[in-house]
Amino acid sequence: MEKSQDKILSDYTQSDYKFGFVTDIDTDSFAKGLNEDVVRHISEIKQEPAFMLEFRLKSYRHWLTMKMPAWAHLRIPEIDYQNIIYYSAPRQRAKLAGLDQVDPELLRTFERLGIPLEEQKILSGVAVDAVIDSVSVKTTFKETLAELGVIFCSMSEAIREYPDLVKKHLGSVVPYTDNFFATLNSAVFSDGSFCYIPKGVRCPMELSTYFRINAANTGQFERTLLVADDDSYVSYLEGCTAPQRDENQLHAAVVEIVAMDNAEVKYSTVQNWYPGDRNGKGGIYNFVTKRGICKGDNSKISWTQVETGSAITWKYPSCILRGDNTTGEFYSVAITNNYQQADTGTKMIHLGKNSRSTIISKGISAGFGQNSFRSLVKVGKKAVNVRNFTQCDSLLMGDKCGAHTFPYIEVENDTAILEHEATTSKIGEDQIFYCNQRGIDTENAIGLIVNGYAKEVLNKLPMEFAVEAQKLLQISLEGSVG
Amino acid sequence: MLQINNLHVSIDDKEILKGIDLDVRAGEVHAIMGPNGSGKSTLASAIAGRDIINITHGEILFRGENLTGMSPEERARKGLFLGFQYPVEIPGVSLVNFMKTAINEQRKFRGQEPITASEFLKFMNEKKKLVGMHTNLANRSVNEGFSGGEKKKNEIFQMAMLEPLLAILDETDSGLDIDAMKIVAGGVNKLRSPENATIIITHYQRLLDYIVPDFVHVLYKGKIVRSSGKELALELEEKGYDWLKETGEEIN
Repeated sequence: MEKSQDKILSDYTQSDYKFGFVTDIDTDSFAKGLNEDVVRHISEIKQEPAFMLEFRLKSYRHWLTMKMPAWAHLRIPEIDYQNIIYYSAPRQRAKLAGLDQVDPELLRTFERLGIPLEEQKILSGVAVDAVIDSVSVKTTFKETLAELGVIFCSMSEAIREYPDLVKKHLGSVVPYTDNFFATLNSAVFSDGSFCYIPKGVRCPMELSTYFRINAANTGQFERTLLVADDDSYVSYLEGCTAPQRDENQLHAAVVEIVAMDNAEVKYSTVQNWYPGDRNGKGGIYNFVTKRGICKGDNSKISWTQVETGSAITWKYPSCILRGDNTTGEFYSVAITNNYQQADTGTKMIHLGKNSRSTIISKGISAGFGQNSFRSLVKVGKKAVNVRNFTQCDSLLMGDKCGAHTFPYIEVENDTAILEHEATTSKIGEDQIFYCNQRGIDTENAIGLIVNGYAKEVLNKLPMEFAVEAQKLLQISLEGSVG
Repeated sequence: MLQINNLHVSIDDKEILKGIDLDVRAGEVHAIMGPNGSGKSTLASAIAGRDIINITHGEILFRGENLTGMSPEERARKGLFLGFQYPVEIPGVSLVNFMKTAINEQRKFRGQEPITASEFLKFMNEKKKLVGMHTNLANRSVNEGFSGGEKKKNEIFQMAMLEPLLAILDETDSGLDIDAMKIVAGGVNKLRSPENATIIITHYQRLLDYIVPDFVHVLYKGKIVRSSGKELALELEEKGYDWLKETGEEIN
C-alpha cells in the first residue's frame, strides 16, 4: 500500500497554476517602504477627506506598537515590511469616462481570467468591480444598479462620493485597533469595493469583486465595506488570482459587513491566489480579516469560502450576532497542497436572543500541506436560547500532510445549545480503485471524491460559480493522491 | 475471451496464486469455488488490475491482449467488470453522477460523444427495472448507508449499465438473503448473452442454483485443483471442502 501511494503521489504532484501570467502594463508605484509620509501620500493621491487621513494616521501609529500575531498554527517566515511597495496602480490617462479608455492590455488580462468587463459580454446578472494591484479599474452595471439605489463602486470613489456612509460604517465592525494586519490595512489600504443596499431592496444581480495582484514586490491591501439596510438582500462574490512569482507577496485585506433589521447578506469567496510552486517557493501570504455584524433583528450573514490558493492563509470570516433572532453561517472548503499552510475558521459571537449559527468546515490536506481549522463560538450573558451547530471535517491525502482543529467555546448563558461534530478521513486507495474499475482514471476519481466530500459547501455558492469552484478543487489537487 | 496461463501472483512478497490456468470463452459462465483464503479474490484483483497485485510468472490475456501493465481503468473501458465483494462507499457522490461519469469515460474511449442527460435517464431506468432497484437509490451517494443487499444489487446494476464483455462477480452472494439472491441472479441471467462471459466467485453452492454455470473450478491453496461441469458444485455442497484438503496436500 505504502509503496503505491508514494508512487501515485510522486507521479502527480505537479499542478499547474493557470493564472500565473504577468500583464505588461505601465504602473505608477511608490518606492518600497512604509512611513507616515507614505500613508499621507496614499491619502493625497486618493484626494481623501480629512477624516480618512485621520483614520489612516491613527491606524499607522497604532500599528507601530503592534507585533505580528504568533498564535496561529503557521510557520511564517519573517516579513520585512520595509521591503514592500504599498501603492501601485495601472497608469491611466486622466479620468476614465468609459471602457474604451481602459488600457486594452488590462482588459485582455481580465479576459484571460475569464472576467470580461464589457457589459454586453458579462455573465448574465453579475456586476463586477475589478481591482488590479491597488486600484479599482472598472465597475460594471453601475447604472443599472443605481436605478434601484444600490451603490456599487470602488472604495476610493465611495470615500469621495459618499463620505457620510463611509465615515459611519468604516471601522465599525473591524476597528482600526483590531489586529496587526487589519491595522496595517487601515493605514495603507488603497482601494476595494463599497456596496450599499438601500432599505427594502433585493439586489437583482450577484455583485462581484475580482482582485488581481500584478506588480512585483507589491502588497495588496484592499478594503471592502458592505452595508445592507433594513429588509434588503444581496449576494456578493469575491475572486482572486495573482501571477506566478518566486518571491512571496503580502495580501492583507479587510472586509466589513453591516446587516440591519431583516437584511440578508451572502458573501462568497473563491480564493485562488498563487499558492507557490511545488517546492513551496513563492506564493501569496493571505492575511485577511473578514467580519460581519448582524446589527438589526432577524438579520442574516452567510460566509461561503473556497480556499485553494495562497502559500499561507490566515483568515477567519466571522459574525457578530448582535440583533435578536439573527443567523450567522460559515461554510468553508480549504485545500492545502504541496507546502501550503492554512489556519482558517470562524468566530460566531452570539449577543442577541435566539441567535443561531452554523459552521461547516471541510479541510483537505495533500502533499506536505498543513490545514488548521480554528473556531470560536461565544455566547454572551444576555443571549438566551442560542443555537450553534459546528461540523468540522478533515480529509487527508497521502501521509505527509497534516490536519489540525482548534475549536473554542465560551458560553455565559446556560440556555445555549451547542453541537460539535468532527470527522477525519482519508481518500482510500479502495475508493480510487473502485472508480478505476468503472473506467474512471485516478485524476477524475479524486475530483469526484473531493467534490462529493465538499458538496455541502459547494452547494452554497451562487450557481454561476459553483461549477468553476468544482473544477478549481480538482485542479488544486491534481495529483495528490494517497 | 479470457485466457490465463500459468499465473503466479504475490502480494507483499507472499505467493498467493501458484500457477493458474483458465480459459473462458464468450457465452460461458464459470464458477470458481474454494474455501476461504484459497486465492479467489486475489485472482479477481489480478484480472481487474489492482496495484497491490504482483504478477511474478505467467500472463492474463483478455481478448488476446496481455493485461500486464495495463491500468485498471483501461481494462474497464475495454469491457472488464468486477463486482466487488465489499463495494466501497463514496460519500457525497450520487450514484447517478458516478454512473454517468463512468459511462462517458467508456464512450470517450470508444470515440463516442458523451451521453445526453435524457438518453442517460432512459437507459438508467431501463437497467434499474432489470435488476429490480429502488428508484431513490440512484439519487443517494454511492453505497453510502446502503444495506448489504442494496450494495450487491448496486453492483449488478452497474454491471447492467456498463454492459461488460467479461464480468467477474466476487462473492456477490455473501450477505444476501434468498430473495435478494434471486434478484441478483435474475439480473445476471438476463444479462447473459453469447457475446459476453461471466466468472462467478463463490464460497457456497447456493447461488449456483439460480445461475447455472457451464464450468466449475475449485481453487485451493493458490491452484485450481479440479475443473468440471456444474455437477462439481453439488458434489462440493455435499462433501464440503475437507476432502479437497487431502487432495490439496498431495498436490503441494
